[in-house]
Amino acid sequence: MRARMYRFSHKDLLGMEQLSVSDINMILDTADTFMEISSRDIKKVPTLRGKSMISFFYEPSTRTKASFEMAAKRLSADTISLSAADSSMVKGETLIDTARNLQAMNPDIIVLRHPSSGAPHLLARYVDAGVINAGDGTHEHPSQALLDLFTIRKKKGRIKGLRVVIIGDIAHSRVARSNIIGLRKMGAELTISGPPTMIPADAESLGVKVVLDPAKALKGKDVIMILRIQLERQSGILFPSLREYSLVFGLNAELTKGAKKDVIIMHPGPINRGVEITGDVADGPSSVILDQVRNGVAVRMALLYLLIGGGRFDNLG
Amino acid sequence: MITWVKGGEVVDPRRGTKRALDVVIRKGKIEGMLPPGDFSPSSDTDLHIIDASGMMVTPGLIDMHVHFREPGEEYKETIASGSQAAAAGGFTAVACMPNTNPINDSRSVTEFVLERARKANLVRVYPVAAISKGLKGESLTEFGDLKNAGAVAVSDDGRPVTNTELMRRAIEYAWFFHLPVISHCEDLDLSNKGVMHEGSISTRLGLRGIPAASEEIMVVREILLAKLTGYPVHISHVSTEGSVKFIKQAKEEGIPVTAETAPHYFSLDHTAVIDFDSNAKMYPPLREPKDVEAIKRGLSEGVIDVIATDHAPHSPLEKDVEFDKAAFGIIGLETALPLTLALVREGVMDLPMAIAKLSYNPASILNIKGGIIEEGKEADLTIIDANREYVIKRDSFRSKGHNSPFIGFRMKGKAVITMVGGRVVWKSGELNPSS
Repeated sequence: MRARMYRFSHKDLLGMEQLSVSDINMILDTADTFMEISSRDIKKVPTLRGKSMISFFYEPSTRTKASFEMAAKRLSADTISLSAADSSMVKGETLIDTARNLQAMNPDIIVLRHPSSGAPHLLARYVDAGVINAGDGTHEHPSQALLDLFTIRKKKGRIKGLRVVIIGDIAHSRVARSNIIGLRKMGAELTISGPPTMIPADAESLGVKVVLDPAKALKGKDVIMILRIQLERQSGILFPSLREYSLVFGLNAELTKGAKKDVIIMHPGPINRGVEITGDVADGPSSVILDQVRNGVAVRMALLYLLIGGGRFDNLG
Repeated sequence: MITWVKGGEVVDPRRGTKRALDVVIRKGKIEGMLPPGDFSPSSDTDLHIIDASGMMVTPGLIDMHVHFREPGEEYKETIASGSQAAAAGGFTAVACMPNTNPINDSRSVTEFVLERARKANLVRVYPVAAISKGLKGESLTEFGDLKNAGAVAVSDDGRPVTNTELMRRAIEYAWFFHLPVISHCEDLDLSNKGVMHEGSISTRLGLRGIPAASEEIMVVREILLAKLTGYPVHISHVSTEGSVKFIKQAKEEGIPVTAETAPHYFSLDHTAVIDFDSNAKMYPPLREPKDVEAIKRGLSEGVIDVIATDHAPHSPLEKDVEFDKAAFGIIGLETALPLTLALVREGVMDLPMAIAKLSYNPASILNIKGGIIEEGKEADLTIIDANREYVIKRDSFRSKGHNSPFIGFRMKGKAVITMVGGRVVWKSGELNPSS
């Protein structure tokens, strides 16, 4: 068994960048074993009893926050969650001071979402607890990428050699960045697409092909990943209006026909129906959007288990 | 008393030479420069001998671009602590940018800076006054009164003068007083609140990028204004290949522009930011390897006249925070010399040319004394051990700021003596040893 030979040796998960192919396989394999727990009558195992997780969200989140807490609770860890509104940040405390104070309570893991790229890296330098990046600015969102990889692997049986297109605001998307890194590591072939104003500088340096026109970009693809258009970016500088965005870059049923017949359509959520994706496609047979959310809990259980619990498969109850 | 700097190799940036000469100093001035063995003082002379064998003796280094934070942000740096950093780095003179609090846009602030410098009593401190009142870019400061008070140049450094008409008039009006105009080149709209160079690394880190064009657009504007008016403009902190190209072209056309770069732009590139190190955050940002090469070429071809540090001390309050919230700027006075000497070893410039960019050239641009090592001149000298090797440590800075991306770097070359007007103000780790 692979698990016996290999040790997952990370204290923190700051980004996909730090993970090796073996690390990623280990996380996905571990998540597979946790999938079953979520379908039990009693969805709880004592694996992380006595361990504690602080989730600290400086930005609003529904899915990710709920998913991490659900994951921790199913493993019997104690959880505390803080948000920007009830944190001392509004009282002017710096991130480092907050970190020192949290550390003083001796948690095992801190899950951080923060509007500044690199904030979890800063935090990790000041705490002994493990740090999981739950989204930092426009940098990375590794647990999202891992659950996306998990979903793709489940649906397609493999990742290597698949042709994947990501459409939307690549420049400002941490989901895109983490997925690009993860998918490249796992051997997928990647195309990014969207308005030129939302393609980052030197995009090819990420190891992707840039095809601006979504209709051309999604031709023959196995996976279409749609990014959320952040409504707060509607300054009129990056694109003129949501209406025009949906007309030119939005995914609709007609466009989807250009992809492979068995294409899967993914979206990290929350969806702006009728903007980046039409309702019928989001709810249609190719959509795996809710699978992503379901799988997210198992992937995050795997992450907590590997980061806190260490590399052995006992105590699974 | 006579000071005899004995056995050193004198680097003369004006003549471009390097010769074994003894320097004899009396009453603060260079009295003689003699081949070794030629100086024979009488036995009753009150003689202070400085053994400079194996060392280089250069005109005192001049940094035309520092931020000493006083008045207003004394917790970051004071004119006294900044002067110490300067002396320790081998600098005998510095020009202080006006973006203090209050801003140096009036006689009283200029006089205050000079008064504090006199109290610090280490190196020569030359105030640079603001171009516009309050650095607001709306109306000119009183150039004449500021010059009379002691300002040697005008600049809105830290910010560009966004109003092109105002910049034109500043260049014209400054000429009447022979005040150099120093431009911080940045198109703020294009910088778009960026925090690092826009390129592969900003893309990878998800940090907002500042494109090279943000600097270059303004460099071209200043060149066109220098051409329009016929009067000189000095371009601060050049960092891009494009800027070097445009300045080179302008100089070839005889347009009166001069330019400076900072040691970090020829020593580091944007990969220094990879660990979200806020000590690698400054404006302009660290660029790409091709830009670093272009800066070196610009130095070697004389397109870039000056190496200035843009010494910008900050406290941990501004730097130990999220990268996008961290203040721009790094300290530079105590690392500029070894980083420049590294270029000499690399063959980018010969030693006299490198020293010219650190002394004679900035003195010429600012019309201040210094930069010349000759009989009759002020004895502002730097004695350099070019072979001294050491590691930059966080706690070894004399500056109050420790915000340097070079901490942990192995350096070669150090100022062992800094002399201002014949007085030793720094000697091998000791400040103001004679007092």
